[in-house]
Amino acid sequence: MSQNIAQITAPTMAPAVAPHAHGGGAVSRTMHLVQLALVPATLYGFWLYGWPAIILWALTVGFCLMWEGLSLRLSGQPAKRHLLDGSAVLTGWLLALTLPPWAPWWVALIGSFIAIVFAKQMFGGLGQNVFNPAMVARVALLVSFPVPLTLWVAPLPLFSAGAPGFLDSLHVILGAAPIPDAVTSASLLGYTKTELSRGVDLLHSLGAAHGGTVVSWIGNRAGSLGESASLLIALGGLAMLWLRVISWHVPVAMLLGVVIPAAIGHSVNPVRYLDVASHLLSGGVMLGAFFIATDYVTSPSTGPGKLIFGAGVGFMTYVIRTWGGYPEGVAFAVLLMNTLSPVIDRFTPPRILGRDRRGRPLEIKS
Amino acid sequence: MSLLSYFRGETFARGVHPPQHKLTADMPIRRLPFAPRLIVPLSQHVGRPAKPVVKIGQEVVRGQPLAVADGFLSVPHHAPATGVVEDIRLHPTADGPWTECIILRVYSGSTQEVLWSAPRDLDALDTDGLAHAVQDTGVVGLGGGVFPTHAKLRVPKEFPIDTLVVNGCECEPYLTSDHRVMVERPRDLLAGIAIAQRLLGGPRAIIGIEDNKMDAVAAIRALLPEGSSVSVEAVPTKYPQGAGEMLIKTLVGREVPPDARAYTTGAYVQNVATLANLGQLMPKGQGFIERVITVTGTAIERPGNYLVPMGTPLKFLLDVVGAKDEALEVIFGGPMMGEAVSCLDTPITKGVAGILVLRGRDLAERSSRKTYPCIKCGECVGACPMGLNPSTLGMLAVKRMYDTMSEHYQLGACFECGSCSFVCPANIPLVQHFRVAKAVLRGRKS
Repeated sequence: MSQNIAQITAPTMAPAVAPHAHGGGAVSRTMHLVQLALVPATLYGFWLYGWPAIILWALTVGFCLMWEGLSLRLSGQPAKRHLLDGSAVLTGWLLALTLPPWAPWWVALIGSFIAIVFAKQMFGGLGQNVFNPAMVARVALLVSFPVPLTLWVAPLPLFSAGAPGFLDSLHVILGAAPIPDAVTSASLLGYTKTELSRGVDLLHSLGAAHGGTVVSWIGNRAGSLGESASLLIALGGLAMLWLRVISWHVPVAMLLGVVIPAAIGHSVNPVRYLDVASHLLSGGVMLGAFFIATDYVTSPSTGPGKLIFGAGVGFMTYVIRTWGGYPEGVAFAVLLMNTLSPVIDRFTPPRILGRDRRGRPLEIKS
Repeated sequence: MSLLSYFRGETFARGVHPPQHKLTADMPIRRLPFAPRLIVPLSQHVGRPAKPVVKIGQEVVRGQPLAVADGFLSVPHHAPATGVVEDIRLHPTADGPWTECIILRVYSGSTQEVLWSAPRDLDALDTDGLAHAVQDTGVVGLGGGVFPTHAKLRVPKEFPIDTLVVNGCECEPYLTSDHRVMVERPRDLLAGIAIAQRLLGGPRAIIGIEDNKMDAVAAIRALLPEGSSVSVEAVPTKYPQGAGEMLIKTLVGREVPPDARAYTTGAYVQNVATLANLGQLMPKGQGFIERVITVTGTAIERPGNYLVPMGTPLKFLLDVVGAKDEALEVIFGGPMMGEAVSCLDTPITKGVAGILVLRGRDLAERSSRKTYPCIKCGECVGACPMGLNPSTLGMLAVKRMYDTMSEHYQLGACFECGSCSFVCPANIPLVQHFRVAKAVLRGRKS
């Protein structure tokens, strides 16, 4: 037998497991595509709110990377590989888009700590978290620091008269200089909520504040980076749909979840309930529908599941906005539906070939 | 089948579209020379190994049985060349490092004519006789299943067959051997279909061919008379269209229940190469001694569709077709479900439809691909042709919750087509996880 062994050629070095081909997708590629889709809206936001917004964005993303690196280091994971996967950058980016553009530096620091350390790494890192990290951070910040988190500024485009330069902006973000009162403004949802609670109906409050134009697609009004340019956010979302980074289910279901109750409410009582366009184009609905609720990790993975999830987020958003204590509800709605996501997944599996929806074998028709 | 019907869902759901790489689709079948030594394993099929009927030192002629079937679920193996039996010993094969094989030293001066045959009047045979004649050819499922064909053709009487589904999909990328057989030997195929129809009680036959092989569709259609019980259907090119359950769904619209055999639905699937070989061999009463194999891949200098004698050592074949120095991985089968071979002394056996040889460069690209944790993107859920949730199954496998996988997530329905691993952006070896899980579960049962 020994002479046989001598004949045997050296084994090939290749992995022996099928499939020997791969489609070419990669997690980092997906993350980078999402970031690319965010670029137009972000740049527009930068222009709209000037240097403070740029500095805050950079700080949030930077702090997220810092916390991610630190957590990976402490938990003994390959820090370099996971830092480069783009997920921490994306979390920071999305969080920055939901913050008031002139928020102080420590909001970025604490927010990114909550997002990365509490909401992501403590659950086990990428893919393991139950809640959307950016939304956990946003909600935690809003509940803990309501004043800086609701201090919005009116658009003051870069290089326009009165816009702060880089150094002035640094002072604002670092808290060394206060935000000038003349600049601060309320967001549309916040303003209408306050006015309604004072007994001023929508016809009067909106007519007085906005001179008739209630909403605008280009978002030339007070708000966060991510709510200013609904049009560009939606364009980014459509690009992701086209590239098949996301499927249509969540965005469509979530938008319908807002549109349908809003249409009914507004047609019943226009004085009490905001119109559809205001709901769609203000606050985080567009960002939520295309970039937040579509997060793979925290949403169901089948088509029907995504429809239920998206509709739930949309409807909860409307409920919170309309009857809740906060003017904006996307973040809360996303977190609420995140808790249901595993249950939805459990009850909406695809039908297995040769079985019915409940998994029982099909009868053979003879 | 038109594009419209494709959107109407007249094929199976989900699936993937891997790059085709059918480099050899237009290359006619060519004969590979005989190797100086052929290695014929006694077990190249599902069932009991064949019993050798030759002695060491005995001279044999091409086509003569070297080993006979040992019982019903077994097939004979015939001498692929005229020569002398040099040894009967253990030798590495695709089945394992030590498999009992007959080593044949080929006479280089011989004309290598097929000198042995046992022709029978097929029309005069009853179905039992016909089934025996099928077994005597030594033909097994040539799509890779290697189940003895005569045994598969014996369907229990309580399951009448109304449709013989002839599988000419060849959905694996790179492979074109079935394609060439259909284009060049349509008469053999139709003869084989007629034999199978007789054994199955005369069902209609539908030949399903992926619509990237319209020349094969035309070649067969041209031979079909008006009112024939055989028809040809072009089906959407989509992986894994060539899986039995998928093609039944596409052509007949039926679904095979879990743990049931396909014939319980009244549809019966057979691969084109298997039937073409039956059609060619049965009238002459010859044994199965060679088959068409696609040899291809980035590391092959002269890719093509070769008629390869059974038992040809891989190394000899690669020398003939010119494997480049960078060749590193040799795969029996296609890139989606094929198995890497670890030893170049491995002989070619009945179940090999293609040999894919890849370069180190291709592998470096693949091994440098990073593996990430599952991000639940759902790509695999959208790819699994069976409707499983590979993402959840994969996470359960990592936790070794094998029982949950099988009881609540129907692991048993997975036939390891590889679609999930192919699309996974996190590069998780899902199929490997599932194989391990199945092996563990099998071990627990026994």
